[in-house]
Amino acid sequence: MSDVPKPDELFSSIGYRPPRTGWMDIPVEIKKGIYSYAGNPKSLEYVSLPFARQWNPIDEDWNLPENWKEIISKGFRERLDRFRSIKVFMDICVRCGACADKCHFFIGSGDPKNMPVLRAELLRSVYRNDFTTAGKIIGSIGKNFKKIIGARELDLQVLKEWWYYLFQCSECRRCSVFCPYGIDTAEITIMGRELINLLGLNIDWIVTPVANCYRTGNHLGIQPHAYKDMMDFFADDIEEITGVKVEPSFNRKGAEILFITPSGDVFADPGTFSCMGYMILFHYLQEKYGFDITWSTYASEGGNFGFFTSHEMMKRLNAKMYAEAKRLGVKWILGGECGHMWRVIHQYMDTMNGPADFLEDPVSPITGTKFENAKSTKMVHITEFVADLIKHDKLELDPSRNDHLKVTYHDSCNTSRGMGLLDEPRYVIKNVCNNFYEMPANTIREQTFCCGSGSGLNAGENMELRMQGGLPRANAVKYVHEKHGVNMLACICAIDRAALSASMEYWVPEVEVTGVHELVGNALILPGETKRTMNLRSEPLPGMEDEDAE
Amino acid sequence: MNISYMYSLIAVVVLFLLAYVGVKLPGGEVFFGVIIPYLAVIVFVLGFINRVMDWSRSPVPFRIPTTCGQQKSLPWIKSASIDNPSTTSGVILRMILEVVFLRSLFRNTKAELKDGDKISYEWEKWLWLFSLIFHWSFFTVLFRHLRFFTEPVPACVQLLEKLDGFLQIGLPILMLSGVALLAAVTFLFLRRIWISQVRYISLGSDYFPLFLIFGIAFTGILMRYFTKVDIVGVKAIAMGLVTFKPHITEGIGSIFYIHLFFVCVLLAYFPFSKLMHLGGIFMSPSRNLANNSRAKRHVNPWNYPVKIHTYDAYEDEFREKMIEAGLPVEKMIEDQTPEEPEEKE
Repeated sequence: MSDVPKPDELFSSIGYRPPRTGWMDIPVEIKKGIYSYAGNPKSLEYVSLPFARQWNPIDEDWNLPENWKEIISKGFRERLDRFRSIKVFMDICVRCGACADKCHFFIGSGDPKNMPVLRAELLRSVYRNDFTTAGKIIGSIGKNFKKIIGARELDLQVLKEWWYYLFQCSECRRCSVFCPYGIDTAEITIMGRELINLLGLNIDWIVTPVANCYRTGNHLGIQPHAYKDMMDFFADDIEEITGVKVEPSFNRKGAEILFITPSGDVFADPGTFSCMGYMILFHYLQEKYGFDITWSTYASEGGNFGFFTSHEMMKRLNAKMYAEAKRLGVKWILGGECGHMWRVIHQYMDTMNGPADFLEDPVSPITGTKFENAKSTKMVHITEFVADLIKHDKLELDPSRNDHLKVTYHDSCNTSRGMGLLDEPRYVIKNVCNNFYEMPANTIREQTFCCGSGSGLNAGENMELRMQGGLPRANAVKYVHEKHGVNMLACICAIDRAALSASMEYWVPEVEVTGVHELVGNALILPGETKRTMNLRSEPLPGMEDEDAE
Repeated sequence: MNISYMYSLIAVVVLFLLAYVGVKLPGGEVFFGVIIPYLAVIVFVLGFINRVMDWSRSPVPFRIPTTCGQQKSLPWIKSASIDNPSTTSGVILRMILEVVFLRSLFRNTKAELKDGDKISYEWEKWLWLFSLIFHWSFFTVLFRHLRFFTEPVPACVQLLEKLDGFLQIGLPILMLSGVALLAAVTFLFLRRIWISQVRYISLGSDYFPLFLIFGIAFTGILMRYFTKVDIVGVKAIAMGLVTFKPHITEGIGSIFYIHLFFVCVLLAYFPFSKLMHLGGIFMSPSRNLANNSRAKRHVNPWNYPVKIHTYDAYEDEFREKMIEAGLPVEKMIEDQTPEEPEEKE
């Protein structure tokens, strides 16, 4: 973070007044701290992405294939014919500007090309020029007329602008909530990224996780034995904290349920504590009710960076979930805490890789609740599952163990605007914590702000961008921190856990980040556990030690 | 920067002059009163249908509604049946709210930086309010014009006229919708040039319809209240058009022809412009789909098989390590040829 301006400097540098020069006349300037490094050619090759090569975004020459314009034009046409969304969204925007100040990247940077409408116009301008009759006729009169109707020719500058700004959108869909026609910039960014991927243009923080996931089953490239090692390590920690030995099983055929969560939970703090939370929960359910669940090293990734590459790549990575469920012969799949993973599962998986007719309609083996809302996809969200357990009084909880926390909850973009999972996690939190405070209404639920690093933008070299994009969320956290003394930000997303940790450290250092199931793991009373004096972070639990001394 | 609205303004002035001068030329009244209106209607109808057909030719491969409320999941959690519909009737209600009351625009907020370290989001109702007034008053004006195209005039048109003129001011009685339309279109124009962000994104094609609609409303009001156009004569022309027995009333005045010409231009321009949001809103996949993709499988007509990394290939690569770590495998080690040495591990 050394190169990033100080928080107050960054804040005071934001201005919403656009420049005098029209946006088409401002050539793109690819700035350090904002852009992410180009994809490693080895990663592109591994997953057979085209035009794998060394190139540098700040170089003049991007080593493009000679016929690149033709490739883009053909790709654009194909996508217009395949996706009604993109066709309609290209045509019907009236530029009312309602979306302009809804984007966290615009709010945090003031860069007018981060207004969702302008981000879309970057593509629309080329669409008008190449694919509309009006654009072709008026464009033939002269260049000035083109500009008036918002059309322009695709050239290298335009392509660079696409690349730069398509990786400054986190596909969070907040603009789409406010758009009177529901124009979804995520859809436009997804399409735009597909197009530039046809030329081998990507960022390394997306394409290398994709290649890793393809090979090892998870983004971080954790090999099966190492995956198990880490889980063993968590089991040791849990034993130290609770006195109870938990024994998760892996790749076990005949288990009733398969569990899939993002690999970030196994690898990076504070996600690891949520991972321990899952392990405690499953052990509890196994001891009490004979719950039968397995983890998989092959399908060891819930997240899907293919989603940030192309529909095809999303499908290729996602296919492992059903394939593994089929191989193991489970009845249904339970999914851990993750944002875009859940958008993929909820809105794409069944369509792409279904039908999952080899699985059974998901039923909670403990409460008998039928998850009717998941009866086709056969995959249930862990907070749906746990909320149901709590409602049926199946968990013995001691929320006072979380009493030193004042918790607020960050809705992930994808689970709120691509699914509507809003009250389940809140219900769980309120049952495992006594102090819960909501952030202001314009910043939560369907109006929630992105963590600032979603859709594969969680790299290190673009930290300034991430802090800009993280500002609106952090500012709302700061509000509840100052008003209620909130010191813990809960979320249900692995990228959130990594991204918000950085943005809290930068904007609101007094607040830490946790997954919801870390809170569950802390509150859950395991059968035969010793008195807890530490939380899952191995930090002393305030108040609990004092009692010991007395 | 603002060549965009200058050019649009010039375009509308040129159209005005065209009609003003053109109608005085020999045959001008027939050209502007008969030929142009027929052409405009044909272009509008065919263009509109063509555009909608073109959209519908592209499939909706994925179920991607933007969910704006609680999903339907567990029976005891109250779901937002309109903002996050799980059924077709919910979708219909959502669309009605969207089309008739501009539901999404109602949410609009304005972000502002405050005190050097705060961001506030204030409810911004004006865009919603004036957009609503604009669309409703335009609709009312349009509907009232049925009086010129029907004989006898249907009761619903007469009723709407009564409502529209309920203030009973002036003679002819002031119709609120006309004034509201003019006010709303003026507001929408002013916000486009006053709000710097909106000015920055505005194109000529955003100003042009505003000027045109302003011109239509303005000439309409001029005729009704000030030049007191020969209503009976106008109706004769309109009836001639709809009954396909074209008729020209002498001495009707050029303001009428300018009004009519503006309307014709708007109609012909419609299918090729952003005004197609009228049709597009109904086809927006983020609004018109139910959020039930986990309960009911959505089919993608062009779903094609892709290359995946199978479990077998995965196990082949990691088998030795998996066995060593005590992970179950499908095939034991002797089944395969030895791979690259991994002893270093």
